[in-house]
Amino acid sequence: MRSRSIPESRPKAPGLLVATVVLVLLFLYCPFGVIVLYAFTTEDSAFTFPPPGLTLDWFGTAWNRADIWPALSLSLQVASIATIIALVLGTLSAAAVHRAKFFGRDVISLILLLPIALPGIVTGIALRSGMHLLGLDFSVWTIIIGHSTFCVVVVYNNVLARYKRMSNSQLEASMDLGANNFQTFRHVVLPVLATALVAGGMLSFALSFDEIIVTTFTAGQQETLPIWIFTQLTKPRQRPVTNVVAIFVIAITVLPILLANRITRGTGGVAGTGR
Amino acid sequence: MQRATDEPPTDEPPTMDMDTRRRTTGDRAEGESASVVENKTPVPAVSFHNVSKRFGDVHAVDNVSLDIQDGEFFSMLGPSGSGKTTCLRLIAGFEQPTSGSIRLHGIEAAGLPPFERDVNTVFQDYALFPHMSVLENVAYGLMIKKVPRRERLKTANEMLDLVRLPGMGQRKPSQLSGGQRQRVALARSLVNHPRVLLLDEPLGALDFKLREQMQIELKSIQKQVGITFVYVTHDQQEALTMSDRLVVFNLGRIEQLGTPSDIYERPATEFVAGFVGVSNLVSGPLAEQMSGVSGTFSIRPEKIHLAAASAAVQPGYCCVQGSVRDVVYLGMYTRYLVDVDGGGDLTVVEQNLHTTSMNVLAAKGNRVSLLWAREHMRLVGSETGDQRTANYSIGQGQSEHG
Amino acid sequence: MSQTTLTQAPLPERSHKETRSLVQRLATFLYGHPRLVTALLLAPPLLSFIVLYLGSLVALLIQSFFHLDNFTGRVVREFTFQTYADLLSPANMDIVLRTAGMAAMVTVADALLAFPLAYFMARYASPRVRMLLTLGVVMPLWASYIVRVYSWKLILAKEGIIGWFFAQTGLTGLLDGILGLPVIGGPSLSVSPLGAFIAFTYVWLPYMVLPIVAALERVPGSLIEASGDLGANSRQTFRHVILPLAFPGVVAGSIFTFSLTLGDFVVPGALGNSSLFIGQAVLAYQGTSGNIPLAAAFAVVPIVIMAVYLLLARRLGAFDAF
Repeated sequence: MRSRSIPESRPKAPGLLVATVVLVLLFLYCPFGVIVLYAFTTEDSAFTFPPPGLTLDWFGTAWNRADIWPALSLSLQVASIATIIALVLGTLSAAAVHRAKFFGRDVISLILLLPIALPGIVTGIALRSGMHLLGLDFSVWTIIIGHSTFCVVVVYNNVLARYKRMSNSQLEASMDLGANNFQTFRHVVLPVLATALVAGGMLSFALSFDEIIVTTFTAGQQETLPIWIFTQLTKPRQRPVTNVVAIFVIAITVLPILLANRITRGTGGVAGTGR
Repeated sequence: MQRATDEPPTDEPPTMDMDTRRRTTGDRAEGESASVVENKTPVPAVSFHNVSKRFGDVHAVDNVSLDIQDGEFFSMLGPSGSGKTTCLRLIAGFEQPTSGSIRLHGIEAAGLPPFERDVNTVFQDYALFPHMSVLENVAYGLMIKKVPRRERLKTANEMLDLVRLPGMGQRKPSQLSGGQRQRVALARSLVNHPRVLLLDEPLGALDFKLREQMQIELKSIQKQVGITFVYVTHDQQEALTMSDRLVVFNLGRIEQLGTPSDIYERPATEFVAGFVGVSNLVSGPLAEQMSGVSGTFSIRPEKIHLAAASAAVQPGYCCVQGSVRDVVYLGMYTRYLVDVDGGGDLTVVEQNLHTTSMNVLAAKGNRVSLLWAREHMRLVGSETGDQRTANYSIGQGQSEHG
Repeated sequence: MSQTTLTQAPLPERSHKETRSLVQRLATFLYGHPRLVTALLLAPPLLSFIVLYLGSLVALLIQSFFHLDNFTGRVVREFTFQTYADLLSPANMDIVLRTAGMAAMVTVADALLAFPLAYFMARYASPRVRMLLTLGVVMPLWASYIVRVYSWKLILAKEGIIGWFFAQTGLTGLLDGILGLPVIGGPSLSVSPLGAFIAFTYVWLPYMVLPIVAALERVPGSLIEASGDLGANSRQTFRHVILPLAFPGVVAGSIFTFSLTLGDFVVPGALGNSSLFIGQAVLAYQGTSGNIPLAAAFAVVPIVIMAVYLLLARRLGAFDAF
């Protein structure tokens, strides 16, 4: 996708504008620096600047804390299962929408989009009262159900975009050569969908791992990691431990998305076309 | 390459019993002959009986009946939207006919999905699988049939040799040129030994020289392999060059079916006369006077001779007078546009055997006689219904009407 | 061309007796019934969504028309407007107005911050720089939301960076003065509406940048040249040509900032004081007091506001590019 553009005579940016841009960028990124900084401070419950001293102890403390690991494990669990559900439902929906024009085709996209489009509290309380009506106990599974509602659309969009890039004649060619629908899916469709599924899955994982609003409504006593962080905000003890956890959470949410971006960028033209 | 008549090929296709045994559609007992009428008549590879295909209100294929013989190179010619590609897809199984029946080697094909038909297709955009290597692409059909790996790769390599792409097996389709991809697509579709091979305008994306070369190669491969080729194209030159027989489609209907010389020399309708090659159309009192019959006639430009204004007319020849309006020197031949006395004009083409450009251009404005043998005047009729719905029977029958 | 052994190469004999396997027969059947396949594909996702999600939404809406009996503490399932009337009480309207006001302020602040950045990206940055900047703007969004909110608790803490900065420049008095202001102030920046405002502005900023970039990119360079050609200096060109054309991008971005602020309870909970926002109200009312109808009514408010907002936005051309 590299294009050699004609060197345009771009006007030089006024200095004031450049300064503003730099300031805004600093504004965007400083908080991360602060988070990292305070993971090393020696103070227990205050955020004095400059930090009185630096230490690595908090990493050890975090490792030994009893309440962090269950929260982390729960978050991972929820994210994984919600992602699997999203992969299945998202692929099914994308396959159906791509295949045929049917009544309500555009509506499907809209319905799947709702959980993300509506404010989190709406989704949250709707699901909570809905589950209450159904008599469900709030547990890990209600959290997972809640997460899968907004994770599906992420996979759906990725898979549908990939489907649209596939040429129909390849599917016909496969069946022409003797493969039935299942074999065609396995040998021709799935390999092409593979990276879209991975990308969608990773986005879904990151989305689920980071989510807090809907989770608050659909959880019982369980704490996911974001909820744990939230509850720590009012506890003036061992605060840097929260920073340690925060660094870890940043990594878990940024890396999959970065990778997903890498994977789906420049996924080449369809080979074999005669044009 | 071109056959003058429509006689069935001399190497008789296998007898009916062998045919039914080679079909794998399960339930037919040996020797059962539900759909072939006579023992002795060779079973057509493909046969359409009153087939129509409708998409909503559009009749893509309108009551088409034809037979394609085993082992022949059969072309379907026509402009865009004429129904030829739809017919191809009906044979392949990607569409089902709205009415009528299609038989493949005598067996009714209705309800058979493409993966159950002994028919393979070379697609217009080649449809190679981008994530597989060339060799894997070619071996695909064998892999589906669970042929052991070594054997299928060996056969695939043989196929690549056949289409003259030896050693290209490890490349990906994206690394090949258009012509190379085309050959891979061909190899891939041949690897299954289909009894019928369908080709959907396969040479459309290639440049002129390559296209000519591929035409020769395709024809030669077909002869070598002995498979029935059904070839769709809008290029009449291509169809005339390669086919044993061809059919001309227009608006979903058959205009004419026959050998290339049938179609060219004896066009049955105005459409065929105009679409295949260039033609003059003459009608009206002048035509009636010359031929003795009323109607529209087609005369090919190369069949008309220019002569001096007072040339003698031999028996069996028609003659009109006119003056040359325009002369175009085209190297190999010269094209004249002649205004005919009494109205209208005729295009005449003559080979440049003796003349130089100066000479022929001097003809402009001259009074000339135009002469042609009466037998070269073909009645193409008017647009009456009976021209179009005629049934073309197996392997025989003249294709001209009128 | 070499003579190929093609016509003699033996294929595995297709046994005539080979009955088509069950799978093959199923495949043939499915091929002949494409609509059925589509229906089968759609069934699982659609069913789960319709039943679970849409059903819940409808249930929520219905709930908002019920009423909590204060004596029994139970929800009375009869259609009534009482709950919406409760919503209109001064205390509750306070919450709504406070939230909407915050949303508006945040939107304006984000627009002011985003515009220079977007302008630079669209007009001055080379394609490579623009790509890097786009990535740079989006990456914070990928990092955990709760962590980004938390970071402001650190920064705005009384003893934190901001406090230190004010101390260094001798402006502590000014800071205290601001914190003493009635509506926006509080004991510390990290526990005040002002602090919440700063945090809100920070978290949603990337959402505002990208639509503006997209809108600015659609302004053809020829328009700007024409403006200059007709005698306008760069400031006038900016005000009369660029700004109006970029405005739909601002509106598009504002949809995010407004809607996200309306529904949030995390930022006010972390950084605000005891005055509630809509999100907190929903959480509170459905929690211990079990006043689901009122919680539902509160939840409906952002939806209504956003519906109106979207209609306005469409009027203003925010969706023209889509």
